[in-house]
Amino acid sequence: MTKDVRIQVGVADNLQEMALKVPKNDPRPWDGNDQLKYIGGRTTRLDGVAKVTGAAKYTFDMRLPGMLYGKFARSPYPAAVVKSIDYSKALKAPGVKAVLPMQEKLPFSVRFVGQEVAGVAAKTLNQAEEAAKLIEIEYEVKNFTVKLDDAMKENAPLVWDVQVKEEASAGDIPGQENTLPQVGNIRGPNVSARNATKEEIDSLVNASYVTSEGVYRTQVQTHSAMETHGVVAKWDDDKHLTVWASTQSTFRTRKDFAERFELPEANVRVITEHMGGGFGAKFGADTFGVMAAKLSKVTQAPVFFMLDRKEEHWAGGNRPSSLQNVRLGANKEGKLEAIKMLCHGSAGIGTGSGTGNPFKNLYPCEKLYVEESDVFTNAGMGRAFRAPGHPQGIFALEQGMDDLAYQLGLDPLEIRRRNTSHEVRLKEYEIGAKKFGWSQRNPKVAADSGPIKRGVGMANSVWYYFYGTGFPATIQVNSDGSVEIMNGVQDIGTGIRTVLAMIVAEELGLDISEVKVKIGDSDLGAGPASGGSQTTGGITPAVRKAAYLAKQKMREVAAPLFGVSPEQIGFENGRAHVLGDPSTSLGWQQVASRIPGGQFKVVAERKKDYFGNQFQIICGVQFAEVEVDTQTGVVKVKRVVAVHDCGRPMNRLTLESQINGGIIQGVSYALFENRLLDRNTGHMVNPNLEQYKIAGSMDIPEIDSTVIDVFKGHNSTSAMGIGEPATVPTAGAIANAIYHATGARIYDLPMTPDKILAALA
Amino acid sequence: MNKFEYAMPQDIPQALSSVQHSGAVFKAGGVDLLDLMKEGIIAPSRLVHINNIEALKVISRTKDGGLALGANLTIAEIAELRELSGAHQALPQAAGSTATPQIRNLATLGGNLCQETRCWYFRDQNFSCSHKGGSQCFALQGENYYHALFDNKSGCVRVNASSISIALVALGAKLRITSAESSRDVSVAEFLVAPSQDIEKTHILERGEIIEAIILPASKPHQRSFYYKQKEKQSFDWPVAEVAVSWVQKGGVCENPTVILGAAAPTPWRSKKAEAVLAGQKITKKLAEKAAQAAMSEATPLSQNANRAKVFEAVIARVISWAGGVDPLQEGK
Ligand SMILES: Cc1cc2nc3c(=O)[nH]c(=O)nc-3n(C[C@H](O)[C@H](O)[C@H](O)COP(=O)(O)OP(=O)(O)OC[C@H]3O[C@@H](n4cnc5c(N)ncnc54)[C@H](O)[C@@H]3O)c2cc1C
Repeated sequence: MTKDVRIQVGVADNLQEMALKVPKNDPRPWDGNDQLKYIGGRTTRLDGVAKVTGAAKYTFDMRLPGMLYGKFARSPYPAAVVKSIDYSKALKAPGVKAVLPMQEKLPFSVRFVGQEVAGVAAKTLNQAEEAAKLIEIEYEVKNFTVKLDDAMKENAPLVWDVQVKEEASAGDIPGQENTLPQVGNIRGPNVSARNATKEEIDSLVNASYVTSEGVYRTQVQTHSAMETHGVVAKWDDDKHLTVWASTQSTFRTRKDFAERFELPEANVRVITEHMGGGFGAKFGADTFGVMAAKLSKVTQAPVFFMLDRKEEHWAGGNRPSSLQNVRLGANKEGKLEAIKMLCHGSAGIGTGSGTGNPFKNLYPCEKLYVEESDVFTNAGMGRAFRAPGHPQGIFALEQGMDDLAYQLGLDPLEIRRRNTSHEVRLKEYEIGAKKFGWSQRNPKVAADSGPIKRGVGMANSVWYYFYGTGFPATIQVNSDGSVEIMNGVQDIGTGIRTVLAMIVAEELGLDISEVKVKIGDSDLGAGPASGGSQTTGGITPAVRKAAYLAKQKMREVAAPLFGVSPEQIGFENGRAHVLGDPSTSLGWQQVASRIPGGQFKVVAERKKDYFGNQFQIICGVQFAEVEVDTQTGVVKVKRVVAVHDCGRPMNRLTLESQINGGIIQGVSYALFENRLLDRNTGHMVNPNLEQYKIAGSMDIPEIDSTVIDVFKGHNSTSAMGIGEPATVPTAGAIANAIYHATGARIYDLPMTPDKILAALA
Repeated sequence: MNKFEYAMPQDIPQALSSVQHSGAVFKAGGVDLLDLMKEGIIAPSRLVHINNIEALKVISRTKDGGLALGANLTIAEIAELRELSGAHQALPQAAGSTATPQIRNLATLGGNLCQETRCWYFRDQNFSCSHKGGSQCFALQGENYYHALFDNKSGCVRVNASSISIALVALGAKLRITSAESSRDVSVAEFLVAPSQDIEKTHILERGEIIEAIILPASKPHQRSFYYKQKEKQSFDWPVAEVAVSWVQKGGVCENPTVILGAAAPTPWRSKKAEAVLAGQKITKKLAEKAAQAAMSEATPLSQNANRAKVFEAVIARVISWAGGVDPLQEGK
């Protein structure tokens, strides 16, 4: 049963009418002409005050009666076999309640410094830390390899002596699990080709009018979320487990615990009321979660198990490194003719270091050959990290494009224009160039005469629209008129809590303060995992639909009060009235007081988009201005102009925060962050936030961001994601600006003073 | 972290007697001490909290017109001190560039001078390094970009972390060191210990000795000074290069220069070569660059830090120019 609707779709104010069939009980999709009160506006976070005053309780803040603290004993060796573990001293230490091994069966292997060997629970955190040191572990130490180039050598010590299967997490791009050859420490290549074989691609590049070649390297970046990984686990009885978790997916976490402890999913409850960031590293029960639940079970007490900053760097995940061999060929006009990219990257003992997606998806180029291989090293496992593979790939690809432009004497923006026909992208170029003042740039490189030189550069973002289906959104309206929206989705800091209230208030004509949002609890119904930038696009259509259903119910309640039929009732400004006749109206509460039974509940499910699963690109472009001190090598990013799109914006305020955050993290990635492993021992030498350098407030450039509205009508809200696309182009844009300032290309991240000086020498 | 006792003496004699207890240490701001305890590098049995001692917070004029600064003045107080403008400005410049505003509000002059190196091998209890009594220096063949460029042949290539000490050495400052029995004045340069003297020691203090005050000599007519810390980041960061200079300048001519480099060697590194280039000369941008080259000609970079020597060269030249009243970023000479 469907109905026909006509909606206005398009980019910004360039709209066209589109006829669409939607299910009969769906609301008419919001379109480009709708004048909405909340959606697309700026609403401050509902939990903002609670967060800045400390009233908001994160997992880290949980304190339960009788709670114990858990801590791991971790391997000090990058490669070893655990032969035996002696707990006797640890068990006698003050406050200790239990000690458990990470794996039941001995011996077992450890493959990086910081890998978990055993867990301890004690009355205080300090007691747990001290006791962990007293666990006596006998290791058989093995040879190891921590540097990418060393690990690739034929005679390198083997990190894995078994075939590794890729474990996809909810933060990864879907559909990337694969089985690949594994020789030595190299797993791969994963080959993607378009109209060219490996043999052909080089001659295709060579035959081009201009070519750009480069070997690009990117470092390992750790997620460094403000709240570290962790849980508080509590058994309510033998068969019921409650877990407070700092997670990006309450449901994946629940499923993990249920499977691991052989419980019905119904018996596990995961709560994430507030969450201090994840960036892709926090899905599932994880090692500490399982250990916490085990310790909790044997001690019959709640167990608090949060990582400290050092453990976070060691074992909390990271953005893998990369070594990318890039060859691009273009014709006289700058149009790309052939792309070749071979990459090796290390996600430590894990997989997923590929950087090929930007090469495949940013520019339509007929001939392409891409190989991606993982190189195992004895280092903490890489995990999905804000647009996996993309900042790395863009750093290489967009410098290559820049290089082609300069070789051809073309404006770097112009060469991009010639290589895309994407309507959104072209619009973004136009807006961005104007805001940035791109046309005033000096076409010459290294034009400034003094030692401190300014330069400008730009780079593209590329990301994709993902969403899941089936998530139920529940709305309950009570007799006092209060409205509750419920779903298990977690707010990882992006502001989805506020967006849900905005949608409900919008649909029901209520003030946002009248909507109570209940999220972050697996008892409230499955929500999307916050990975792949799919939270907003994933849950908002279900929420809007639920609100729409609630409105229908309220119409039925109100109709007899006005003596009309339900379809004739409208809701606006907290009041019900007969459509077309605002003169007589009733307050929302008055209507609600007549709800039979005192309350009702409606549930709506996230269905497939109206067009099915269409592959859709999310664009974005960033322009950067830098100042390079050519004597000290120090780079300052002065200004970034960003233009992005993400379907129909929901809350522009938190949307801009995502863009700001993406840029700041991008600046930090470009210039500072670097997980440094001691080549002789495999220990991370900078496992803190002091020598692991992260951009601070003074390093943040002036940011000017614009979001252009894209109305697609693919579902009732037209929302897509922004968290990831916002950080994709930053490092590439900065690198291009450094080139413009100095005439030196930096092929290696982070772009620290020593590398700048070496390139200038 | 280990368990410990906490003592809160009200005066210097009480503090000196309390610290006699075996395993006792002074705690001023506690910034470095607690870091070291949390990392398991030290495990003192008693912390003697000296922040309540009024006598350690006094600022007074010495007989010969110098300035005595109580050891417990905070770095933030030093950064703001009116008496320290002009000839002594290198000191507030160093204080103002140290750490973060929060740390400056807590950290003290005395604690800053006694702090341990930031060498990441020293600060990790997994590495039994030579400075901790072990048998090898892990930085020598390890990750050593931030390690010493000078005086790095004695089995420990750490760099001294105290920014304040760089300025104080440039200004010829002394420390008043007091014990139950006596009191002595020692120059800051002599206070800090190089690995060639004693690889495990950072400074000369013995148990039972306290730094009471830092004594700045009276400034000379036409004396000037300058300090600059070059960071990689703009927000809080440790230096990649840091330089303090001081001299008397009459008619543009430099007399009795001191050129001190920080983050360069295990102790503040005095560049006699740079000083020789400057002495008796008119300060120009060219001369500053020449002095900087002379200074770095003595550097003996490790496997990974040769490029940091280049950063240093630029910073030395700039600091000399700034001190001399020349704009180093201006074109030409
Ligand atoms: C993030 C960060 C950044 C930093 N950046 C810088 C920087 O840029 N430049 C810089 O110089 N420092 C920097 N520091 C170091 C910081 O300045 C020092 O840790 C601080 O000054 C120590 O002072 P405190 O009073 O806290 O000393 P404490 O930690 O209390 O004491 C340090 C040592 O001094 C001894 N001590 C203290 N007072 C006396 C006394 N009167 N007599 C005898 N012994 C005494 C103590 O016993 C102890 O051994 C940084 C620190 C951090 C954490």
